[in-house]
Amino acid sequence: MARAVTPRRKALTTLAAWAVGLLIFFPILWTILTSFKTEAQAISDPPVFLFFDWTLENYSVVQERSDYLRFLWNSVILAGGSTILGIIVAVPAAWAMAFVPSHRTKDILLWMLSTKMLPAVGVLYPMYLIFIQMGLLDTRIGLTLVLMLVNLPIIVWMLYTYFREIPGEILDAARMDGATLRDEIVHVLTPMAIPGIASTILLNVILAWNEAFWTLNLTAAKAAPLTAFIASYSSPEGLFYAKLSAASTMAIAPILILGWFSQKQLVRGLTFGAVK
Amino acid sequence: MATQHSRSAARLMMAPAVVLLLAWMLVPLTMTLWFSFKQYLPLRGGDLGWVGFENYVRFVTSSAFWPSVQATLIIVGGVLAITVVFGVLLAMLLDQPFWGQGIVRILVIAPFFVMPTVSALVWKNMFMDPVNGLFAHLWRAFGADPVSWLSEASLFSIVLIVSWQWLPFATLILLTAIQSLDSEQLEAAEMDGAPSLSRFWHIILPHLSRAITVVILIQTIFLLSIFAEIFVTTQGSFGTRTLTYLIFQRVLESQNVGLGSAGGVYAIILANIVAIFLMRIVGKNLDA
Repeated sequence: MARAVTPRRKALTTLAAWAVGLLIFFPILWTILTSFKTEAQAISDPPVFLFFDWTLENYSVVQERSDYLRFLWNSVILAGGSTILGIIVAVPAAWAMAFVPSHRTKDILLWMLSTKMLPAVGVLYPMYLIFIQMGLLDTRIGLTLVLMLVNLPIIVWMLYTYFREIPGEILDAARMDGATLRDEIVHVLTPMAIPGIASTILLNVILAWNEAFWTLNLTAAKAAPLTAFIASYSSPEGLFYAKLSAASTMAIAPILILGWFSQKQLVRGLTFGAVK
Repeated sequence: MATQHSRSAARLMMAPAVVLLLAWMLVPLTMTLWFSFKQYLPLRGGDLGWVGFENYVRFVTSSAFWPSVQATLIIVGGVLAITVVFGVLLAMLLDQPFWGQGIVRILVIAPFFVMPTVSALVWKNMFMDPVNGLFAHLWRAFGADPVSWLSEASLFSIVLIVSWQWLPFATLILLTAIQSLDSEQLEAAEMDGAPSLSRFWHIILPHLSRAITVVILIQTIFLLSIFAEIFVTTQGSFGTRTLTYLIFQRVLESQNVGLGSAGGVYAIILANIVAIFLMRIVGKNLDA
């Protein structure tokens, strides 16, 4: 930015931006703080902000009572598994579309994206039925497959946009130097593709971790991930604020951390390249 | 260059993704269409035969239909209005130079990464609870009677929760768009003495129009199918039964699959209308 900014104006902007930022972040901050309070402090009126007796008790209680680690493990398997499967299917497809485009490539890409827009509730019963028939209801493998399919269009799309940024001239140059196809893939293309693949993985882990339609409707006890675990707190248990907060903090912490790294990918992945 | 050989290799590489997505789209969709023309009650007699368009007629003439359309429109419209207006303002604020930009950006984006069940439940219990919620404390501190948000102002509460989740998305995209604005143009306008309101109206807003369109279209598609936020707060009561939630109840709660499937077909058509507009913009960008 070339425009000169007076220190006074910068100070005012700083004040406003921090005020708005903290206001938006407040519910998360409040949840994290409450998770370290006792139940009595959590509902005290007037509320206590920082000066309370910090305790870790809620975290151990949540783990003991409801086996938090099992749900965490399910979330890890579902988000990780569906992303890995999706990448395995999507890399060749995106590769082909980016490097061997045909007149149909654009239509195929748009069609793939359009499947992402199908409202899930419209096919809820068929999926339910298929899951029952195939014995997939409340299994991790069934849900992993569904989450993979739900996010596959976004994975293909993101990889495609990243692969297209790899300049073709580099390949020509490598070929001139006598590189074989294997050299091309291993030494030239792969190193250039890895950052894009990593970004795609990051965003899709986040999306799969937070998916809350299929995970709520197709799981019961065995395969339920953290989304469903938290939903079970909508019963009276949720009125124990400190425990609710501890459970919530544990459910969102890993993704908040990943999310910090993925701001740019978010724009690319979720606008389908419509905003640059 | 692409030879015949590399073309068939390319087709082979695309096959798994294309086949999987084709199956994922066609199989359940065909089943939904099939059920929508049947009287199908899994718990009360099962498949009771073909009924033509009766489910389609009954779905739109049931007393729950129009209220659900209204609830859907209010939620989608309310969230869109809030996220776009505040998104533009916030993006303009964050685009200014100030101390701690990186940290503030993270604070603003954070709600997007909170899973829907957590944000809905935290808002419901810790903020909107009429006895122990933070809002109730605040209201009492000013001598007012606490409000039972999710029953007395149910739609407003849902709009508030969902807006909080989607404001970061709108802000981030609009910020990306603002940052691509040519600052020379703005400077020129500034030097010509254009007041800041007219600069906003004539330069910034037109520049943002496409990003705003994209935000509206993408959010509409996702907002039409919000589920968890209602599932863990009101369960569709107090006038918060959206179209999506109504279909869910018809299919899984009352197990009237034929009727719910007809509703599902309506939802699919609705989403497709929005998707067509979005796809046009995406398609244009692919050519560029």
